[in-house]
Amino acid sequence: MRIAVLVKDVPDLVEELELDESGRGLAVDDLSYVPSEWDDQALEEALLLKEASGAHVSAVALDTGDVDNMLYTALAKGADRAVKLVGDYDRTLPGRQRARILADYLAGAGYDLVMTGVQAVDDLDGQIAGLLGGMLGWPHASVVRDVAVDSGAVRFVQEYAGGRMAEFRSSTPLVLGVQAAKKPPRYVPIARIRQVSRSAALEEVEAGGSPSESLAAIERLYRPEAQGHATMWDGDAEQVAAALVALLDEQHLRS
Amino acid sequence: MGPIIVVVEMQSDAMSPASAELLSRARQLARAQSTRVVALGFGEAARGALGSSGADDAFLAAGADAYVPTQAEAALRQVLQETAAGLVLLPNTTMGMDLGAATAAAEGRPMVAYATSLAAVEGGAFKATSQVYGGKLVAEVAVPEGSVVTVLPGSWPADEAVSGTTPVRDLVVAGESPMELVRTIEPDTGDVDITRADVLVSVGRGIQDPDNLELADELAEALGAVVSCSRPVVDAGWLPRARQVGKSGQTVKPKLYLALGISGAPEHLQGMKDSEIIVAINSDPTAPIFEVAHYGATCDILELMPILTERLGGAD
Ligand SMILES: Cc1cc2nc3c(=O)[nH]c(=O)nc-3n(C[C@H](O)[C@H](O)[C@H](O)COP(=O)(O)OP(=O)(O)OC[C@H]3O[C@@H](n4cnc5c(N)ncnc54)[C@H](O)[C@@H]3O)c2cc1C
Ligand SMILES: Nc1ncnc2c1ncn2[C@@H]1O[C@H](COP(=O)(O)O)[C@@H](O)[C@H]1O
Repeated sequence: MRIAVLVKDVPDLVEELELDESGRGLAVDDLSYVPSEWDDQALEEALLLKEASGAHVSAVALDTGDVDNMLYTALAKGADRAVKLVGDYDRTLPGRQRARILADYLAGAGYDLVMTGVQAVDDLDGQIAGLLGGMLGWPHASVVRDVAVDSGAVRFVQEYAGGRMAEFRSSTPLVLGVQAAKKPPRYVPIARIRQVSRSAALEEVEAGGSPSESLAAIERLYRPEAQGHATMWDGDAEQVAAALVALLDEQHLRS
Repeated sequence: MGPIIVVVEMQSDAMSPASAELLSRARQLARAQSTRVVALGFGEAARGALGSSGADDAFLAAGADAYVPTQAEAALRQVLQETAAGLVLLPNTTMGMDLGAATAAAEGRPMVAYATSLAAVEGGAFKATSQVYGGKLVAEVAVPEGSVVTVLPGSWPADEAVSGTTPVRDLVVAGESPMELVRTIEPDTGDVDITRADVLVSVGRGIQDPDNLELADELAEALGAVVSCSRPVVDAGWLPRARQVGKSGQTVKPKLYLALGISGAPEHLQGMKDSEIIVAINSDPTAPIFEVAHYGATCDILELMPILTERLGGAD
């Protein structure tokens, strides 16, 4: 089974999200980025498949910025190959166009299974797993866990609201948007990643330019207007505890 | 404009609340744009719900009663080709994430995800707002005619009474499905039912370490409450799945929801925003949880929990 795990980085939500001058996008150069957390889950699930049934795992990233470290991390964790799709584009590339570039690469790259994170915090124009499935004409499913190889086919569980789930079996090629791996993502020390970055090479693949895709345009990006914002209790933990106890008493919620 | 297509999802033999919400808004939008509403459902179990959906027309795709992504997509694409749809609405659930993006990509239609509002504008287009970046930003988006939009459940109320009967047409979808349903899995009910608790002490990734869960347990005990959590706490293996609140967990409506170290991502809010009183403690003053909380504070939960427990006369 040849598996491609698609990885990307996203603005770190712990930091302030600065807007650009147009008010329609983020000030992309001023933000700090972290690997999308669901990609870590997808990569972990792929590596567990490799350990269970001998799959070959490639980490694939579109070079929209600083993706090398992410790819070296994937190699350090146990991926067999790291592919960087290079071309003339940057971080502002909309998800729909990213999907098209990825689809064009994946169509001829010989993978049986493409695993992506279930979503990323920035995918306003749809989730990549579904977009790829639609573009490639391959079966696909998102919000997936418990992926297993089953005599040339793939079994997986899809999650729904309220904890309901269903198990499916699909032929390949197949695209899965992974929600959670069987185990929490493994950790690799930074020293190991540094070592890999000195000894291993990233495979660079020349990808297409920015394709034209029909898009819905963002007219304004803004912080939620604080209509229903909480009444804030100031002070230290002691004062907050006192305010909370007073609220519990007022609402007769103390047992 | 072509009709507005609403993809209906079932939930234990009834139409899901999110689908009813979509149908309500679709009827308003259809009036504004002088067009019709066409509902699409999957499997025999959806026939009754489609008949009383209030849509002008409905399609029922035969096949498995459970949702099968590939079959559902083939059916939706067939409906779009037959009807020249002016707008396609899906709930932003697992089904919407599968069908929305794939159908938009396959049919070359624009797509907007995570919508929380949707209105008609002059000239046959629409305008939406979407929650992005974990709910930290809102995007106002121009939605061209023909777009696919997935809407977060609970974004607006559903009409209370729907009158009339919708004619339901059977849709035969050609072709074999590369994907087959093996089995459906019922929820694991676990040791406690968090949906029945009056007070929930709910912990998120801010709890930082499984050892700190003891602080939450002690607080819950002092409060006569039950401990629930956000998804990452379950994915890390720190609490069982039955304790998870949100989109892929339980929907809760306690008298008091105490959110400790939870950022308030849309997927979490979906499961708790109708709680009677929400108190959020989060060190990040811009955390979206404060948009739905009634009371909030930015102190450290690890510091607060033991103090609160002590004040409530609990373990020390
Ligand atoms: C299809 C799908 C379904 C999902 N279903 C669910 C679901 O059912 N339920 C769910 O919860 N999520 C769900 N998610 C995940 C969701 O998107 C978020 O990732 C998740 O809710 C974030 O959890 P969190 O708030 O605990 O963590 P984070 O977003 O990491 O937030 C942790 C917060 O803790 C604060 N903090 C840290 N340390 C402290 C401290 N010492 N004191 C005070 N505050 C502190 C930080 O400021 C931060 O805001 C789903 C995602 C997808 C894609
Ligand atoms: N530019 C990209 N390069 C590689 N993988 C990507 C890219 N964009 C999206 N993906 C994959 O698709 C997942 C979902 O992202 P998205 O739905 O685009 O926000 C990501 O978490 C990655 O697994």
